[in-house]
Amino acid sequence: MFPKGTKRKFSDSGDEPAAGGEDVNQPSSVAVRMLSSYSLQRQSLLDMSLIKLQLCHMLVEPNLCRSVLIANTVRQIQEEMTQDGTWQIMTQALSAANAAAQCSADRLVATEVLCRQTEATQGEQVLKPFPAVGSEGCPAEEEEEVVVEEEGEGGVTMSTVSPQAPTSYLPGTFGMDPCWEEENGEDEEEDEDSEECGSGSEEGDSDRLVGDSRTAEQVFGTFEIKNPAPSPDPALEELFSDVDASYYDLDTVLTGMQSAPKMGPYDLLESLSSHGPSTLSSSTSCRSDLNELDHIMEIIVGS
Amino acid sequence: MAGVAGGNDFQWCFSQVKGAIDEDVAEADIISTVEFNHSGEFLATGDKGGRVVIFQHEQECKNRPHLRGEYNVYSTFQSHEPEFDYLKSLEIEEKINKIRWLPQQNSAHFLLSTNDKTIKLWKISERDKRAEGYNLKDEDGRLRDPFRITSLRVPVLMPMDLMVEASPRRVFANAHTYHINSISVNSDHQTYLSADDLRINLWHLEITDRSFNIVDIKPANMEELTEVITAAECQPNQCNVFVYSSSKGTIRLCDMRAAALCDRHTKFFEEPEDPSSRSFFSEIISSISDVKFSHSGRYMMTRDYLSVKVWDLNMESRPVETYQVHEYLRSKLCSLYENDCIFDKFECCWNGSDSAIMTGSYNNFFRMFDRNTRKDITLEASRESSKPRGTLKPRKVSTGGKRKKDEISVDSLDFNKKILHTAWHPKENVIAVAATNNLYIFQDKIN
Repeated sequence: MFPKGTKRKFSDSGDEPAAGGEDVNQPSSVAVRMLSSYSLQRQSLLDMSLIKLQLCHMLVEPNLCRSVLIANTVRQIQEEMTQDGTWQIMTQALSAANAAAQCSADRLVATEVLCRQTEATQGEQVLKPFPAVGSEGCPAEEEEEVVVEEEGEGGVTMSTVSPQAPTSYLPGTFGMDPCWEEENGEDEEEDEDSEECGSGSEEGDSDRLVGDSRTAEQVFGTFEIKNPAPSPDPALEELFSDVDASYYDLDTVLTGMQSAPKMGPYDLLESLSSHGPSTLSSSTSCRSDLNELDHIMEIIVGS
Repeated sequence: MAGVAGGNDFQWCFSQVKGAIDEDVAEADIISTVEFNHSGEFLATGDKGGRVVIFQHEQECKNRPHLRGEYNVYSTFQSHEPEFDYLKSLEIEEKINKIRWLPQQNSAHFLLSTNDKTIKLWKISERDKRAEGYNLKDEDGRLRDPFRITSLRVPVLMPMDLMVEASPRRVFANAHTYHINSISVNSDHQTYLSADDLRINLWHLEITDRSFNIVDIKPANMEELTEVITAAECQPNQCNVFVYSSSKGTIRLCDMRAAALCDRHTKFFEEPEDPSSRSFFSEIISSISDVKFSHSGRYMMTRDYLSVKVWDLNMESRPVETYQVHEYLRSKLCSLYENDCIFDKFECCWNGSDSAIMTGSYNNFFRMFDRNTRKDITLEASRESSKPRGTLKPRKVSTGGKRKKDEISVDSLDFNKKILHTAWHPKENVIAVAATNNLYIFQDKIN
């Protein structure tokens, strides 16, 4: 059973490249088709799951049970794909794409996942077929308010996701146009992973390549902020000192929301958040907020 | 009750429906919990707007003995208000997740109601008399001029129109980081437990500023989180025993005498997975959405997405009974995952004698299973099928190719009309079924 809008295009079995490693050895085309159909289903399930994890309700905390169940499903699919060898192929292709792109992975994701219209507006010519397809290829997606990043950030965004990556998959194993989506699937994780490694600045570690084979731990691990933006104000730290920080960490990614002090490098989350500041230059406004808070505290404390 | 020996031969009749008729359902009116009190005299509902409505069972009419009394509104109050967590920039919903009645100890009634974060103890009391003839005050409350008072009188209690007052007596707040999914009053009538996704706390009803954490499954590293608590309940006879269910389809029984922190279970209930039916959705559909002890305390019932299972507390390896609620949905799991229906949390309930169980489904259908005869029935809670005192017609979903007359095909089911909350009167054959914003009350026909 396929989700709505997924194109069930499946070209001849002769078109399948070696990328569909497990299919090559199948003697009968029927078996090949069945396996590819299964892969297709599995892939669309993976994409759907990743999108569900990302598009959280803005105002209310998302259901932790639901998030955990979806994450477990993603993990399960990943494990199976790793065993199949499909996972390595995808990540390799994406690494190649990243190297060509030379841009920060997180920016890549933020735009790829959400800015399906944006890349068209940015006037990039490469992925012309995708904007039209992508929006229908993605099931159950809400039309999120997309954040167009400032040019000043120097983003060569998804336009430079090289054509090689898509075309190698296009008629391919998975037989669906949005193999761009499978890149998405990857990129979302990459983004989260790069967030995990990112330092306080949003321009940071832009050329960090994604590891080859992504285990579930790495995906789920992105749910925790490894390096939170250091608080500039000791008084403020004291104020938040009894906040249960660990809950906060899971919370930030699962909810896509963060309060002012931790906004830093998490482009994707910022773009999801309708409350948060809309540009990447938010960190400066965060600092001014903190100063204000400090000022208010002074008044309250009367010191 | 009919058929004590051979099983229940219910003939369910429509009795009442509460709630607006409009097609346009206001989100705040969606009923989120239904609970009878211990005598069955009162029926409480909570909704998404944070309101609690209590219905009272009217006395039976002498001139119409074939009717049991009706339930009429007794009290309505706003239990929880929406809040805003400034630290996380998130709203805290006012939706009432659970209501649990306390056993009655005096003329007032007490219930616990909870939203995602805060539990409140409400006292509902009646006032049908008021004092008249105060010396210092006029009848309208104004102070009398002391110089005008020339004689003293004793105030007299005069009858007045019945007034039902609901007042919050305790507020149990700030103990849960995650969303509260269950509350359960202990059999000692002094303590109760509250469970959220990762922790269970034990409270004393008199003490609001402290609670004991008795279960904590939060991993040190949140990356390792793969399982959450989905429901918890106190054993009805033993005040030291409680169970909690998980998103992986397991139930753990804990004894509070064993340790202060009951992270190590005393019993572990899990049914081995059937490898032939394994799919990517296996874990999701095994997630338990509700757990309920039988009134006897010997059995417990769990509800997962497609089935209801009855467990004997003495046997951990597998349930003693399994009932399929809507097996025809198994082939539709992918669509149900896409539209999020697969995450719907259905509840289940026992009848007073533990001989029958009930749970909800989609299309406003609900299902009842007789444990003795193994018969089951599907009924519908809708205005179209509800004629005054009319017997409900059994419904059937056609699974095969040929659809018989009066059957409905799986693809025609309305997945927006879900019955998540049902309740069975503890002593009589009266059931309350919440269908979105409407509350249906059905009664067994008295022969």
